[in-house]
Amino acid sequence: MSSPSDEQLEGANGGIQPGFYYGRGVPYLPINGYPGKLIAIEGTDGVGRSTQIMLLREWLEVQGYGVVETGWTRSPLMQPTIELAKASNTLNKLTFVLLYATDFADRLEKEIIPALKAGFVVLSDRYIFTALARAGVRGTDRQWLRNLYGFAIAPHMVFYLKTDVETLIGRVLAARGMDFWESGMDLKLGDDIYDSFRAYQNKLLREYNSMAEEFHFRNIDARKPIEVIQDELRKQVRAFLEA
Amino acid sequence: MLNNLMQRHEYPGKLFVVEGIDGSGKTTQLGLLAKWLVAEGHRVFVTEWNSSALVKAATKTGKKKNALTPMTFSLLHATDFADRLLYKIIPPLKAGMIVLADRYTYTAFARDATRGVDRQWVRELYSFAVRPDLALYFRVPIDVSVDRLTARRVKLKFYEAGMDMGWSPSPIESFRIFQGKVLEEYDRIVDEFGLQVVDASGSITAQQRNVRHLVAPLLVERGVERTDEQPVG
Repeated sequence: MSSPSDEQLEGANGGIQPGFYYGRGVPYLPINGYPGKLIAIEGTDGVGRSTQIMLLREWLEVQGYGVVETGWTRSPLMQPTIELAKASNTLNKLTFVLLYATDFADRLEKEIIPALKAGFVVLSDRYIFTALARAGVRGTDRQWLRNLYGFAIAPHMVFYLKTDVETLIGRVLAARGMDFWESGMDLKLGDDIYDSFRAYQNKLLREYNSMAEEFHFRNIDARKPIEVIQDELRKQVRAFLEA
Repeated sequence: MLNNLMQRHEYPGKLFVVEGIDGSGKTTQLGLLAKWLVAEGHRVFVTEWNSSALVKAATKTGKKKNALTPMTFSLLHATDFADRLLYKIIPPLKAGMIVLADRYTYTAFARDATRGVDRQWVRELYSFAVRPDLALYFRVPIDVSVDRLTARRVKLKFYEAGMDMGWSPSPIESFRIFQGKVLEEYDRIVDEFGLQVVDASGSITAQQRNVRHLVAPLLVERGVERTDEQPVG
């Protein structure tokens, strides 16, 4: 017998089938086994995702795979609005979540699904887990979030570039400094951006870790050298694509 | 799971909403209701569907390029609604005011399902909404609605006419097909959420009398606050 909470989670992720919708999906876009593959690279800011994706893409193309990249908040429809809303600081947690979901829906329908249909390998820089983690930290109802993203396609592989706050702080400061949203300043965890960044990123990492099992994350130690991480990614991707 | 939409709210104010297809006369009725409430000394706030500044830019871009899919259309409206709920609807309800909403979540349920979005998904999406104290549904036959709109020489808008669905190249014909389906969705919603049906083919005055008759008992029920000052605006 499963507990009530297990039952509640059923449907959102009960038996994830890679390449198909997590939940209720988009009824007017039925999926019947597309040839493409969806690979998501997740991890917090400053963890080295874009570098890894660039290298992975290069390698995949040399191997003869067609590659399409998609990234969080990059839809032409929503990007200006999201930037504007962030700049004017008017976002409350609910509109935050819904703006991201709109952006994702736009990219799903216009980039991801067409690419999967056409047999591409889709490399997704962040996926819905970023949204789930950020909203989870902000106290949004978890079941509601999972229902909301029931229209997302479960990736064939989810790589989670796992790190710790100390490493993250070093990288972010060296690269570009801490910004308002990355530091979760909207959560009012403290007036000091450094303290807020540390507290916020700690909470985020806990959220990601709590999703690892539910969404079948493949953990990759992001503290290792770039080449070592890339070798690991290639090994797993090769094994999957050639299986 | 959130289910605010199914539970009575605890705010001191009242939330009354009007629903119906374009040309059902709901906006006219809402305006008359507002006039009466203000004259009676109530503090009233009116909010319209899809009117927040936050998503205006994206909706405009999307509409101009006809780039909205049923899912992004649905989510943009939910974003707009969330923004208005938190900034425009809940604060006056907390202050004991009467909030009048021209269209509410039921518009999304009806339109999005017509566009092929999953019915249950949309309902869950909006489960954070406050349940109205009264939801009036102005039911009108499609022919009456089309006649009213053409008599007013209203230029049918692309999405309102459901042109995005590609069911007919003629705006009027597309409107007829699309809104006809929306009417069927509303019929489901009436039972599911207990909407109060108003026969919208009757005269404006008769309808308004009916509306006030339905609203009046709800005003005394929990003693909505009145002001002695002259209404502003």
